[in-house]
Amino acid sequence: MSAITIDKLTVELERVPVLHAVDAAVPGGGWLALIGPNGAGKTTLLRAVAGLLPYGGAIHLNQTNLGTLRGRGRARLIAYVPQIPVLPPDLTVEEYVLLGRTPHLGYFSAPNRGDRQRAAEASERLDVTRFAGRRLGSLSGGERQRVRLARALAQEPRVLLLDEPTNDLDIGHQQQVLELVDDLRRSHGVTVVSTLHDLTQAGQYAGHLVLLMDGKVEAAGAPAAVLTQDLIARVYAARVTVSTDPGGHPIVTPVREPPPTRP
Amino acid sequence: MKLSRWRGRRLRPAWAYGVAAAFLVAATLVSVLVGAADLNPIATLTALLDKIPFVHLPVSLDQLDRAVLFQIRLPRITVAMLVGALLSVAGAGYQGVFRNPLVDSGMLGASAGAGLGATLAIVYLASAGPAAVPVAAFAGSLAGVAIAYLSGAVGGSGTTTLLLAGVAVSLFLTAVQTYILQRSAQDLQQVYSWLLGSLSGATWSQAAEILPYAAVSVTIVLLHGRHLDVLSVGDEEARALGVHPARVRLIVIAACSLAAASAVAVSGLIGFVGIVVPHVVRRLAGPSYRLVLPLSLLTGAGFLVLADTLARTVVAPAELPIGVVTALVGSPVFVWILRSTAAVKT
Repeated sequence: MSAITIDKLTVELERVPVLHAVDAAVPGGGWLALIGPNGAGKTTLLRAVAGLLPYGGAIHLNQTNLGTLRGRGRARLIAYVPQIPVLPPDLTVEEYVLLGRTPHLGYFSAPNRGDRQRAAEASERLDVTRFAGRRLGSLSGGERQRVRLARALAQEPRVLLLDEPTNDLDIGHQQQVLELVDDLRRSHGVTVVSTLHDLTQAGQYAGHLVLLMDGKVEAAGAPAAVLTQDLIARVYAARVTVSTDPGGHPIVTPVREPPPTRP
Repeated sequence: MKLSRWRGRRLRPAWAYGVAAAFLVAATLVSVLVGAADLNPIATLTALLDKIPFVHLPVSLDQLDRAVLFQIRLPRITVAMLVGALLSVAGAGYQGVFRNPLVDSGMLGASAGAGLGATLAIVYLASAGPAAVPVAAFAGSLAGVAIAYLSGAVGGSGTTTLLLAGVAVSLFLTAVQTYILQRSAQDLQQVYSWLLGSLSGATWSQAAEILPYAAVSVTIVLLHGRHLDVLSVGDEEARALGVHPARVRLIVIAACSLAAASAVAVSGLIGFVGIVVPHVVRRLAGPSYRLVLPLSLLTGAGFLVLADTLARTVVAPAELPIGVVTALVGSPVFVWILRSTAAVKT
């Protein structure tokens, strides 16, 4: 189990500060959801943890300072699925999932039987084996998302970074993907850090929320502590009500003011 | 739906290698047997088999025919194989680096640099004899790519910047070359016959000269097939998988440029091969560079042997420039292949 601790993370993109001294933490095997309005710095935070950006401050995975790891070593611990991954249309599902083994291969070595085995297991786990021979260009939205997760799982990471994993999916497929991720977290002990737009879903699946605004942490903690009507109204400039579902998770409902009656 | 199924029907790797190897062997046999001197097919084949270690056959080929076979046709076929293989592997490698199936060695300044180098040698180094031309072309080709790479790297690390820098550098070098040519019209024909490519002067020593460069560059490119596959998911994800995209690009571009420069030095400019061959291979075997690179090597070798056979036979006893053959014959065939597998997204 790998706990992540983020200390005073500061990131500048093209000399514009995007994250200001952000602190966040998630215990090993936990799920941390980053929420906040567009442009708050959620994706930047994920990319910093993935090692794709230079940053100030420190990110630790248990006792290991991630800043000290080189590309391949880091990639063996952390898998990153961007919001819109590049899926080369002519690659087959099987070939694509096998790319997940890259960090485990020596510079000049080709994937061996063991690597193929791992990739096959990951495909099996995400139920993509039956279309292993299909081209990525021919997949539906839900299938694509499962294939991306299969590639990430083939990487055998200890941390899974997901940027909007439910992007472009209908509500049924959104739940399916989130359940799959939660399943992987429980069965493999993977620590999950994801951005999520849907606040209710964030509260249902993640044990820890960090609410970002303008690159700063506005609130952090358990869903019930972060998803409050006042906070959401202020940070998002949105009109919502927050109720509680039978499982004790907050439900965030958008509210529309009654339109003005016609004169 | 139907189309995507067609696309899904790829040759298994073993079959693909078999087809490519058979194509190369067939092209070689045709090329050995066809030409100005009428060689007896059976006697020629026996003479060839006799050269295999531990095989001893009675050879009925007379002295003259032997000379034609071993001193004219075989060296020319060997050089054609080398050049075809080098151009195809370099083309496929560049396409992997730039994630673009239309990129070729010509687009990164290699051809323009070689053209300028050869022109300078022909116009100003005539006293140094014909040996100066391949050396100048080789150096010019590498210099062209180096200038393009350095100017592209200044503008940022993206592949588009690099490609645009290549186009700009090519235009610049071509302009210089055209100006030099315009001032020395008496060299026009010699320069153009070099620019259009020819293997008519091919010798065993030419083959031996480029073999070391060919071996090194092709080995390096082939070893990076898997890395090029990783680059196909984009720089950001490649980095998240622990690959260093800029480093892979630099290594593969350097190796491909060495391959293209070696080919250009002995053959002049032969266009088209580096784009068509990898494309046909992709249609047969799918987009993975671990297959595309070695298959392009075999298919490209066979393709250029066939093209050169046409170049020296169609208007015999004269010869067509091989660059003209690859373009005139290659492009209709290419369009036909595109049509027969139409509406497939790349």
